[in-house]
Amino acid sequence: MTIPRFWREFEHRYRLVGTKCPSCGRVYFPPRDVCPYCHRESVGKMQNYELKNTGKIYSFTVVYQDIPDFKELKPYIVAIVEMDDGPRITGQVVDALPEEITIGMPVKAVFRRIREESPSGIIEYGYKFVPI
Amino acid sequence: MVGIVTYGSYIPRWRIKVEEIARVWGEDPEDIRNGLFIYSKSVPGPDEDTATISVEALRNALSRRKVKGVGAIYVGSESHPYAVKPTATIVAEATGFSPNITAADFEFACKAGTAAMQTVMGMVKSGMIKNGIAIGADTSQGAPGDALEYSASAGGTAFVIGEENVIAEIKATYSITTDTPDFWRREGQDYPRHGGRFTGEPAYFRHVLETSRRIMEIMGTKPEDYSYAVFHQPNGKFPGRAAKILDFKDSQIKQGLIVPYIGNTYSGSMITGLSAILDVAKPGDRILAVSFGSGAGSDAFHIEVKNEIEDYRRENAPEVWKQINSGKFIDYAIYAKFKGKIKMGE
Repeated sequence: MTIPRFWREFEHRYRLVGTKCPSCGRVYFPPRDVCPYCHRESVGKMQNYELKNTGKIYSFTVVYQDIPDFKELKPYIVAIVEMDDGPRITGQVVDALPEEITIGMPVKAVFRRIREESPSGIIEYGYKFVPI
Repeated sequence: MVGIVTYGSYIPRWRIKVEEIARVWGEDPEDIRNGLFIYSKSVPGPDEDTATISVEALRNALSRRKVKGVGAIYVGSESHPYAVKPTATIVAEATGFSPNITAADFEFACKAGTAAMQTVMGMVKSGMIKNGIAIGADTSQGAPGDALEYSASAGGTAFVIGEENVIAEIKATYSITTDTPDFWRREGQDYPRHGGRFTGEPAYFRHVLETSRRIMEIMGTKPEDYSYAVFHQPNGKFPGRAAKILDFKDSQIKQGLIVPYIGNTYSGSMITGLSAILDVAKPGDRILAVSFGSGAGSDAFHIEVKNEIEDYRRENAPEVWKQINSGKFIDYAIYAKFKGKIKMGE
């Protein structure tokens, strides 16, 4: 990911800032410019909204693929987490072993390293999930 | 009144036992346990560093009490993820305090966190800022097979310091600083070096005992006037011996003595012990808190717990001892992988 693109997404990746439709109250993450339910009603009115950091596991899988950036984490858990504010977010579940994870398990978002560009490049941080 | 408005700590979940490290290097674990009084240490996950630990510690502090009007953030560590690019910028962004804030990273071996506390205290007292954040956190390094490998661990604590809604007043602080080469790491080196036994008498004890005695002299107090005392914890023996020399009892230091179970969290060490004390402290309790940083220096604090702590939501974040007791043990091979000690191919 290029530095400017990563930098533009800091508040979303660091603090789970999405958007909320002022018309119907639905929360979106990643942020949307237009509410898909309220359409024109929401144009130019979507508000930034920082999600609560808690949710539960909606579904998950365990990745054994040899992906260079995640080699030392293998096998790792990727889950769809249904946040308490509504949106479903895909993210890694860490500090846990695959056999400990169950659907419906409460989790919270934490701040972790996602990857680094190279040993001399920038470090990309973002959200992951841990069991509560 | 300047003091702690809120506080929080974070200790990574992974642990390794002294026996496991000793097994790999052919040493007698009993000797290590008796020599260092350490049973296990915390290990950061491969996706954890000083920035992530600082963010989690500060988030724990802010879940206990939301704070507005924060004008400064300082992060003390000897393991900042970047050589050039402040950890404090990442922490400020991740906790929503950016951009209207002044920030910097501090380094003073194991006492960078308390140096940050003193700076914030001064800024608050002068009226320059309303509240400020001081963090001490580390993912410390010990060379494989070196005595430090048994103790160098990871963790951190964050304090918001201000003048309103103070749960623990910092009534006085006193420091000493000397040029004492007991422990160092040169630029570009992966691991620190140390002076072995030289780290004891001329370094740790000289500084810690002097600041402790001087601050009690300034405050007109005696060891028995304190409910708790916490000293820097490079191992389990040094703080116990310092307490004994100063005439503190085991009951005064037990709550804050965390090193036997999580090792030395460097910049997070003494202040995480202080955090463990604040987890149980009652109004009126006096705390003597004394850090030590190699190189060398020591900062002592006389702290008094206020009535405000009774309405303060300590239960909104995990207490230090709860975090200590929820560790998961790994073997040396996984530890080596997590710490990046295995040489990988292209």
